[in-house]
Amino acid sequence: MIKHFINLEWKQYFRSSYWQKSIVINILLIFFALYFVGIFLFMGAFLFKIIGKATPDEDPFLVVNNYIFYWFIGDVLMRFFLQKLPVMSVKPLLTLPIKRSTIVNFVLGKSALNFFNFLPLFAIIPFSISLLKNGYASSLVLTWLAAMVMIILIINFLNFIVEAFSAETELSFLPVIALVGVLFGLDYFNILPMRSLVGDGLIYIANNPVFILIPLGILAIVYVYNFKILKEKLFLDSSLKSKVAEVKVADLSWTNRFGDIAPFMQLDLKLIWRNKRTKSMTMLLIIGVLYGLFFYPQPMYREMEFMFAFIGIFSTGFFLINFGQFIPAWDSSYYKMLMSQNIKYEQYLRSKFILMIMSVVILFVLGIPYVYFGWKILIAHFAAAIYNIGVNSHVILWGGSFNRKKIDLDKKAAFNYQGTGAVQWLIGIPLMLVPMGLFALINWLLGFEIAIATLIVLGVSGIILHKKLMRFITQKYLDSKYKMIDAFSQDN
Amino acid sequence: MIYTKDLSKSYSGTTVLNIEELSIPKGQSFGLVGNNGAGKTTYFSLLLDLIKPSTGKITSNEVIVDQSEGWKPFTSAFIDESFLIGYLTPEEYFYFIGDLRGQNKADVDKLTANFEDFFNGEIIGKKKYLRDLSKGNQKKAGIVAALIGNPEVIILDEPFANLDPTTQIRLKQILKDLAEKQGVTILVSSHDLMHVTDVCERIVVLEKGNIVKDLETNPTTLKELEAHFASNMVSQEEE
Repeated sequence: MIKHFINLEWKQYFRSSYWQKSIVINILLIFFALYFVGIFLFMGAFLFKIIGKATPDEDPFLVVNNYIFYWFIGDVLMRFFLQKLPVMSVKPLLTLPIKRSTIVNFVLGKSALNFFNFLPLFAIIPFSISLLKNGYASSLVLTWLAAMVMIILIINFLNFIVEAFSAETELSFLPVIALVGVLFGLDYFNILPMRSLVGDGLIYIANNPVFILIPLGILAIVYVYNFKILKEKLFLDSSLKSKVAEVKVADLSWTNRFGDIAPFMQLDLKLIWRNKRTKSMTMLLIIGVLYGLFFYPQPMYREMEFMFAFIGIFSTGFFLINFGQFIPAWDSSYYKMLMSQNIKYEQYLRSKFILMIMSVVILFVLGIPYVYFGWKILIAHFAAAIYNIGVNSHVILWGGSFNRKKIDLDKKAAFNYQGTGAVQWLIGIPLMLVPMGLFALINWLLGFEIAIATLIVLGVSGIILHKKLMRFITQKYLDSKYKMIDAFSQDN
Repeated sequence: MIYTKDLSKSYSGTTVLNIEELSIPKGQSFGLVGNNGAGKTTYFSLLLDLIKPSTGKITSNEVIVDQSEGWKPFTSAFIDESFLIGYLTPEEYFYFIGDLRGQNKADVDKLTANFEDFFNGEIIGKKKYLRDLSKGNQKKAGIVAALIGNPEVIILDEPFANLDPTTQIRLKQILKDLAEKQGVTILVSSHDLMHVTDVCERIVVLEKGNIVKDLETNPTTLKELEAHFASNMVSQEEE
């Protein structure tokens, strides 16, 4: 049976139009993976020496264990945003003579093969070797290694439980923030010394191999819990019985002042408000607004002027980037209809454009209180907002013409928790790195005022050239019309 | 009205549609029948410029469909559920289509009021999103949306599938009225020979992408079609 499943997975992956059409992104992803593997290998190989040098009086093994708690929290956070529960289209399998438990076990087992589970090994194994070289008992090192592997798997499965909770309650990323926040808070305010608890625990297990049963037991518990959640969802009626949502009607007549693009704006607003996928994206706006608070309260960052531009671009452009990168895939499920209707492509795109511009303005206004941390920040944010309006908005619309991946707005929550993979995060990078790099360079060479002026000039020229740019972008969309229709009508 | 010349579509060497010449006059109700893979949906997709023809062209009202968008204002279609916007209510969807086709809310309301029977009280005013409607009701909404804005050409792919018997009969009446009284050109495809012969004045049989029969509907047409598809079955068995 497992053989069949693996066969299906293999075909699904390599036969999807997505794989065939985005080789560049795949190469980029492999590149990133190799980069991280390299970093981890380096860390694992030299960690022992580095710690030995930095704190000669302490045992490096103890020091490392003392900090494993932080890695634990970081890993939970990272996985939540980047790792998805492996998706398997189970509907066709339900009527076949396959045990439900086999399907669930396969899905869970497959998740254990995720890159995120292998990445830490690249650090842990070399570190273990250096421990052995430095005269630590092999039984101790091997038990520690085994315990670490189990912890990795525990985090792996814990992540899916957290994701299941956030998917059910539509709280988006709140559960994971709460979990991580509580764990961190317990340690930070010395309520419960999590750091030494985890560290001492690991050392104790390493010294007494019998207690490896404890992480094993926890692993079994999280696995069984996942198994239970998934098995309950593995009934057809859970998707058939889907609760019928009451329609929420909002008055959108204010969009009429936008004239001929009003129908599209109303459609876009309904799109955002009535679909789970887009709604949780809108919740992310809160992060966009508060993003500066991660940096500005620390005087260290307030000295780094080039950071202002980055935070400005990111926080005023948060919606722009998140919404824009999926244009026109948001409309993928009815793209055929739109293409056969009497619409002007330019109007369709302009509606999205104006929506993004409005979000930039709103986010900038909400971010005005940052002036508390210095007037330079406000000016930098203003320049970043202008840049977002004039340049990034066009860039991301243009990038959308390369979108070939369908988005299922109707997708029920089961087996589809986040839908946002690492790929989408990569798209945002050029949008932010280019202005940031430019700003940092000019700031360093010519000074703050000129750097600000550069961003503003670029933004304003984008606004002046808006009509021309839109014509160019519209043509790009028209050119790839058939390809988009074809890709959007395929699943996965 | 619609003139097809030397049209073909092939995917990596396999020809799925090949029509030398086909002319559909204005106001004709035109039926397309054929087994799976005969090329019915391919032809309709080409008509709507959703796929690019490999050779040849379709001219609709003097407009070459894959070169100009001028055919869009007078053409409407419902091919499948992907023509619906799942997160809108049927009313909102009608208004949206109306907006695109230059109809205000009052126009749309007037039109949909004519279809109360057809909707059977399950579409309008139910406060449900289209995605939550049953397949049959989705289809009803899609078909009526294709009638908004006085189109001159209406293209419906498999309109009878998924509909209950009562609705099928009502739909046939609606389509007949449109062609006879309002001079609308209607293109319908179906697997159901009886429905097509009831609705259409002319029936074209497609087989593996080629036109094999082109019939004016008369009382014996149904028999002829049935005989054709039955013999097809025999010949396939012999193969």
